[in-house]
Amino acid sequence: MNSSGEIVGFDIDIANALCDKIGKSCKMVQSEWDGIIPALIERKCDAIIASMSITEERMQIIDFSTKYYNSPGRFIAKEGAGLTDTAEGLAGKVVGLQRGTTFNDFMDGEMPDVELKLYGTQDEVYLDLTAGRIDAAFADSIAMSDGFLNTDAGKGYAFFGRDYLEVKYFGVGAGIAVRKGEEDLRDAFSAAIQAIRDSGEYKAINDKYFAVDIFGG
Amino acid sequence: MKFELVFRHWDLFLSGVWVTLHLTALALIIGFMIALPAALSLTRRSRFSPLVRGYVYFFRGTPLLVQTYLIYYGLAQFEFVRESWAWFFLREAWWCALIAFSLNSGAYTAEILRGAIATTPKGEIDGAKALGLSERQVTWLILLPSALRRALPQYGNEVVFMLHGTVVASIITIQDILGVGRTVNAKYYIAYEGLLSAAALYMVITFTLVWVFRRVEKRYLRHLDIDFGQTGKKPGKVAGADAGVPQMR
Repeated sequence: MNSSGEIVGFDIDIANALCDKIGKSCKMVQSEWDGIIPALIERKCDAIIASMSITEERMQIIDFSTKYYNSPGRFIAKEGAGLTDTAEGLAGKVVGLQRGTTFNDFMDGEMPDVELKLYGTQDEVYLDLTAGRIDAAFADSIAMSDGFLNTDAGKGYAFFGRDYLEVKYFGVGAGIAVRKGEEDLRDAFSAAIQAIRDSGEYKAINDKYFAVDIFGG
Repeated sequence: MKFELVFRHWDLFLSGVWVTLHLTALALIIGFMIALPAALSLTRRSRFSPLVRGYVYFFRGTPLLVQTYLIYYGLAQFEFVRESWAWFFLREAWWCALIAFSLNSGAYTAEILRGAIATTPKGEIDGAKALGLSERQVTWLILLPSALRRALPQYGNEVVFMLHGTVVASIITIQDILGVGRTVNAKYYIAYEGLLSAAALYMVITFTLVWVFRRVEKRYLRHLDIDFGQTGKKPGKVAGADAGVPQMR
């Protein structure tokens, strides 16, 4: 959020560019992550443009456009903490993450014995990481380098372990979610994503926030 | 509605109920231990009165959510806090919640007790003095037993408010009843089931507490001859609404 109270960021710029292409005026509303899918289903909004991963589980209740980026999940911790990203390496440690995310599902499914702390927002995860209440955080690598590691608060913290891209948990990238049965809107978003890729608008937004191309292969 | 998802996680809800009850009970006990001396110092001019008044103003004047956030996220920002012995407690969300809830309940309870003490019929105190009881004896044998009884209805409210106030714990990562409800919601992308189940559990606990307080009031306020609306008896000399402040005439 900027000083005049508007929501800003990569997702917002992408959303605005896509709405332009489709030729609709879009109104942005913010939602807590764990209520965002119910909000879509209950028609409190018509699309979710919030770095939501396209997963099998979510596809059962909502529909997605094609992806607009794909970045791996990763762990971060204090530099030199000497942690490894296995169930044994994280035994006795506390990992913080956002409630209801793909990272939450992954930990429940693959490392059920590692102690988790669940937060409503990623910012609270960073606060508790720097306060030393949690030993590591697990989230999207780009969101974390952009929102934490490259900021003053994130000095002295670093990634550890491998890239996490398992389709079973993390899906095939982030897409725009719409209600089931709204194929027209879904296809309009997919076409708009292709259009801003072709026109260079995507690259301009990408370069504004990130040093690398995050669209993924 | 997919309530089978809730039932599948009944063990989580059970542990949530335990966390909620545990936090509520401890916060009320510690709060009461703060409130009793605080109320006495508020009703008689003492050196500590301004300090106590400041404490009560602050904790009644700000929302519980803000107090909890200040203690959990606020204090953790200071390096000297993180390096002091207090970090042993403040590191844990559970202790932060307990500290915030106890201080909050202490302030409200102090105000309830202050009111009850201040409205003690003058005759009760005069009678005790006439019998030659010392100041200390008057306080412990006459003033407090009388005031605590009359504070019961309002204190019952405070207990219920505190129970409901503990939902704040769920936003600082504690898996209380609401925390569990939200986790189950998030896991299955549902909106109502987890929250409705949480609401039902809070309601059961609340009604149990209300029932208990009714029984206790019936027993300890019998001398005030109050109609509790169940006996069908006509109201006595003191109507129910005035139960907290009976007047000697």
